[in-house]
Amino acid sequence: MAKGSFRRGISRRSLLQQTGAAAIGISLAGGVAACGGGSGGGRVVNFYNWDTYIGPTTLDDFRTATGVPVQMSLFATNDELFARLRAGNPGFDVIVPSNEFVTRMSQAQMLQELDHAKIPNISNLLPEFQDAAFDPGRRYSMPYTWLVLGIGYRKAAMPNGMVPNSWRYLFDSPQFSQKLALLSESADLIRLCAKYLGHSVNNIPDAMLSQIEQMLIRQKPHVKQFHQDNGQDLLASGEVDIVLEYNGDIAQLMNAEGGDAFDFVVPQEGTLINSDCLCIPTGAPHVDDAHAFINYLLDGEAGKKITEEILFPTPNAAARELMPDSYKNNPVIFPPADVMAKSEYGAFEGDERARLYEEIFTRISAA
Amino acid sequence: MEQTWRQAKAAFAAVSAPPIVWLLLFFLVPLAVVWAYSFGVNSGPVTIDFTGTFANYTRALEPLYVGIFWKSLIVATLTTLLCLIVGFPVALAIAFSSPKAKAWLLLLIMLPFWTNLLIRTFALIAVLRENGYVNAILEWMWTHASGLMTLVGLQPLGDFEPLTLLYNNTAVVIGLVYVHLPFMVLPLYSALDRMDRSLMEASLDLGAGHLRTIWSVVVPLAAPGVASGVLITFIPALGAYLTPDLLGGTDSQMIANVIERQFKRANDWPFGAALSFLLMYLTFIAVAVQALVQRRSERRG
Repeated sequence: MAKGSFRRGISRRSLLQQTGAAAIGISLAGGVAACGGGSGGGRVVNFYNWDTYIGPTTLDDFRTATGVPVQMSLFATNDELFARLRAGNPGFDVIVPSNEFVTRMSQAQMLQELDHAKIPNISNLLPEFQDAAFDPGRRYSMPYTWLVLGIGYRKAAMPNGMVPNSWRYLFDSPQFSQKLALLSESADLIRLCAKYLGHSVNNIPDAMLSQIEQMLIRQKPHVKQFHQDNGQDLLASGEVDIVLEYNGDIAQLMNAEGGDAFDFVVPQEGTLINSDCLCIPTGAPHVDDAHAFINYLLDGEAGKKITEEILFPTPNAAARELMPDSYKNNPVIFPPADVMAKSEYGAFEGDERARLYEEIFTRISAA
Repeated sequence: MEQTWRQAKAAFAAVSAPPIVWLLLFFLVPLAVVWAYSFGVNSGPVTIDFTGTFANYTRALEPLYVGIFWKSLIVATLTTLLCLIVGFPVALAIAFSSPKAKAWLLLLIMLPFWTNLLIRTFALIAVLRENGYVNAILEWMWTHASGLMTLVGLQPLGDFEPLTLLYNNTAVVIGLVYVHLPFMVLPLYSALDRMDRSLMEASLDLGAGHLRTIWSVVVPLAAPGVASGVLITFIPALGAYLTPDLLGGTDSQMIANVIERQFKRANDWPFGAALSFLLMYLTFIAVAVQALVQRRSERRG
């Protein structure tokens, strides 16, 4: 792997999230953000992306290939992305929402249909990513990466080299009391608890929701923090020994200096799969160039350069083919087929559901 | 001769128009929009119907949310008290130091404002965490004490257990005091600096001790400074969300965290708006109390 490509402690969702939280007040009031490049009618692609989620030369390479510059701005959570575009598109051409938000935003008419004829590189995608339940026929989205939640842990803290391959250690056991941290995302937490209890991550019945609430309230005294997607920091700094985190974040930690001390496992019960997707929001000023940019990102060579940098699993067969074995055969980045078979995407089940999950999380935190 | 604004209407209008327009456009209008939201209903993922319902307020007054408000009040009160206890001697020391030292000390008080709150909070994490600076110093002292005890033939101390300083309510209060201390010190300083020194000299001449003088003369004279310091510490502390998010544990949620999540994850702006306005009404009450205290102290003066 390229040296210096690991920014320890900064995940695509950590530091920026807090500044983003501070800035939301501004975006609520204004909404018309300064996307300078859009003015004057010149050709440009305004790209709204996660932090540390692109190759170091990708944008320049695209400019060299097409003559069209790319202006990238960053968001830290899907909620921030959604809030920013809620009152109307402030001028973005390409955005990167996760699967659930692809559904939500397409339902809210916030996304344009893609013209597949302008994205021939769709043929580079692995067959299982050519279509998606959250976006039937890939009408609105092209997959950029995928990721899974799992357990990151410190090997030395596990008795007799045990592998914590069950959600029990996080949700329903005092074994790592005050040495464990959970992600503070209400929906992810509740869905994974349902998975632990043997249910699908979707269509969780009400009775099970109260069972989950009780379980997490019982577990709470053992939990050190509901973290803001900085679980790899907590692990690296010795605050906790076991943490709920995304595979890419722990993979970055394991590739950094001293990373041998840590490992990552997807529990045997299966997990939540997420997929970040390239979409064109409604009202995008440069639709043709946006298609060209999406097509470019799905190119094999371009995809390889991105993947080398960000180390998340790629849905792109051509890009994966160009990657070294240390990536292709990395069990952290590509978890074993048997647990992947038990894993699911979380479906968007309506805003009411999101609010219910949020209230459950508020109750757990207040308990 | 002193002129009132009546004698220079044009100049007054020219000077005051920009701030008034600014206030109207960027503060009162958005505030009114949020106020209107609080009586609305979500009719779709991005649409809100203004129906004039009180349902959001009814929900906000459920025990769950009242409990969180109550907890936030307690944390903010505790923070303010600690700031006052720590800040008063500091302000006193600055007010009574030489003019040259005074400038430097004031600069030091304001220095933290040069850095973003987020950066300061992350710095505090580096100081307080289990292998942070506080624990490193403690461990150094522990091992040396242990070595010393073996030297004099005693049993060595056991292994050093790092203190858990982060991710609990104490950490939140420490973080809030750290962030808000300058807000307390500056108004206290300005009140103490303006004070008529001859009153203290009189008190000392008439036989009161130093402590008695501080308690019976300085503190009452500084009361307006205390009141405004308390107010501008209490209000932001009540609405803090970054500090509890980053330094708090699993039960450190404050009301601003809940509000933030309504606007983001829950995508429930009407309910978030109702919670925000309840928080603002609490702030109004605090301002009213402050005004009352001020008036009473003025009457006494």
